[in-house]
Amino acid sequence: MAAIDDTRIKPSSEVLLKSGPSRPPRNMGQVLRFLLLFAGGILMVMPIAFMISTSLKWPHEVYNLNFIPEEPTLENYTYVLEDGRFYWWFLNSIIIAVITTVCSVFFDSLVGYTLCKFRFPGRYLVFIAILSTLMIPTEMLVIPWYLMSQQFGWLDTYWGIMFPGLMTAFGTFLMKQFFETVPDDFIEAARIDGLNELQIWWTVAMPLVRPALAALAIFVFLGNWTAFIWPLIVTNSVEMYTLPVGLSSFGDEADVAWELIMTGAAISTIPTLIVFLIFQRFIIRGVVMAGLKG
Amino acid sequence: MKLYRDLTIRQKQIAWAWAFLAIPVLFYGIIRFYPTGNAILISFQDWNLLGARTWTGLENYEKLFADPVFWKVFRNTFVYLLLGTPISLVISFVIAYHLDKTRFLHGFLRMLYFLPFMTSAVAMAWVWRWFYQPVPIGLFNNFLASLGIAQINFLNSTTNALPSILAPAVWAGLGFQIIIFMAGLRAIPRSYYEAARIDGVSSWTVLWEITLPLLKPTIVFIVVFSSIGFLRIFDHVYNMTTQNPGGPLNSTKPLVLMIYETAFSSFDMGYAAAQTVVLFLILLAVSLLQLRILRDR
Repeated sequence: MAAIDDTRIKPSSEVLLKSGPSRPPRNMGQVLRFLLLFAGGILMVMPIAFMISTSLKWPHEVYNLNFIPEEPTLENYTYVLEDGRFYWWFLNSIIIAVITTVCSVFFDSLVGYTLCKFRFPGRYLVFIAILSTLMIPTEMLVIPWYLMSQQFGWLDTYWGIMFPGLMTAFGTFLMKQFFETVPDDFIEAARIDGLNELQIWWTVAMPLVRPALAALAIFVFLGNWTAFIWPLIVTNSVEMYTLPVGLSSFGDEADVAWELIMTGAAISTIPTLIVFLIFQRFIIRGVVMAGLKG
Repeated sequence: MKLYRDLTIRQKQIAWAWAFLAIPVLFYGIIRFYPTGNAILISFQDWNLLGARTWTGLENYEKLFADPVFWKVFRNTFVYLLLGTPISLVISFVIAYHLDKTRFLHGFLRMLYFLPFMTSAVAMAWVWRWFYQPVPIGLFNNFLASLGIAQINFLNSTTNALPSILAPAVWAGLGFQIIIFMAGLRAIPRSYYEAARIDGVSSWTVLWEITLPLLKPTIVFIVVFSSIGFLRIFDHVYNMTTQNPGGPLNSTKPLVLMIYETAFSSFDMGYAAAQTVVLFLILLAVSLLQLRILRDR
């Protein structure tokens, strides 16, 4: 089964990203092109690099232009973490991003599968209704969400931060596209073997779209990890802030040194950078899949 | 259970489908459709969150269209869009086009360009804000000073602040657009290029006559996607101007920031809801317009 799945999903991702073996440039034009691209790439990562380098500097060195700290120190990290708030914010962000990701990957693929593989009255209506929510900007919903949260006591709770993102129309649409690649014969065969529909979805169809599930999980996780406007609105006690909200309020305090702000920024950026460096090829493939199919 | 066994195969299918959809349908109803309707409803009311909700008809909209701040904000929002979208489209295409032709350290270069996409907008807004500070704090001005060039007032000037805030927003989105462009370039069949080479066509002509026309679906996708992003810009503006949100003198304030302030600083819910409806209509109009223009031609 896995073999069939691979050949079906490859054209959209693997082939499009295959770059061939690395060959040194052969003429002046190619050398120039490489050097310019390299310089551009360095410029692109410069803000991230300076953020990290500054977070490792002693205060007297912060405003020098040198990139490599003369005496690298973890003092800023110790200071920021001893303060305690970043612990909370980090923990909140992790909990919220993980729960929302699991929940939305589960429901988006369940709905995507149902809309793709079942024939039932109302199917088209449900599909169009979910698709149409893609047109509604989050900003239009924050006011009613806030009123709901206020009414039901969800303000300043994890549930309050998470509930708007528990399912996504984008993910549903993406998963529906990918379930099209699962042959109906497999499902029919499983049905004859006596599996019920829930088992068929979970044990037959889901393993076949694993790359798509991973792509969706990355998108949802990144989206929730960096989400700002809704957590900003729904939280009001410092312990409930997520990393972006916390960093924003921390940076805004009077007289906070820039190296400490850079340290906070690094703390909220480094986890996703590490994830990216480990799963690089995989994430880029996921972005292409999501971008082209979604 | 007996009831279930008596159903035909087709009826069982329908039962399963609706069982799977029960929670999601509730979710979309309560968390997406009801709030959408409610936002539109509130936009016709006057409500400060504490007192009663009173019907005011079109008053919020009349107030909005007579508000000079709204027109300022409206203009800013479109400046973000009209500067940001073309600039990021051109830069990302040029990089993708050349990166696609580079074999040497291809994966490494691609990683460098993609890395900013994995960062959080709030964190990077603070990093750029630091870069923009005057001498002796900010990196950019320190660099200019070391070259003996006059300082640039980035964030405190009504003319420079908006482009300065736009820069990190463009920067953060480039990696994604480059990856999508490269996938689009790879999808063009090699045989077209070979035919052009046999005919002895210049690479400039190949670019304009083959590559760009065949990339149209990719371009449509990127233009629509990035336009929606720039029209909804908020995180960067909010974090780079926290002392005076949207300042100086509202010169950087986008519509979403105005909505946020009206709703959660002034608690004028009806007025804020009317602004969100206008944002929705703008997003709808811009996406439909772009799809039409770019698809038909």
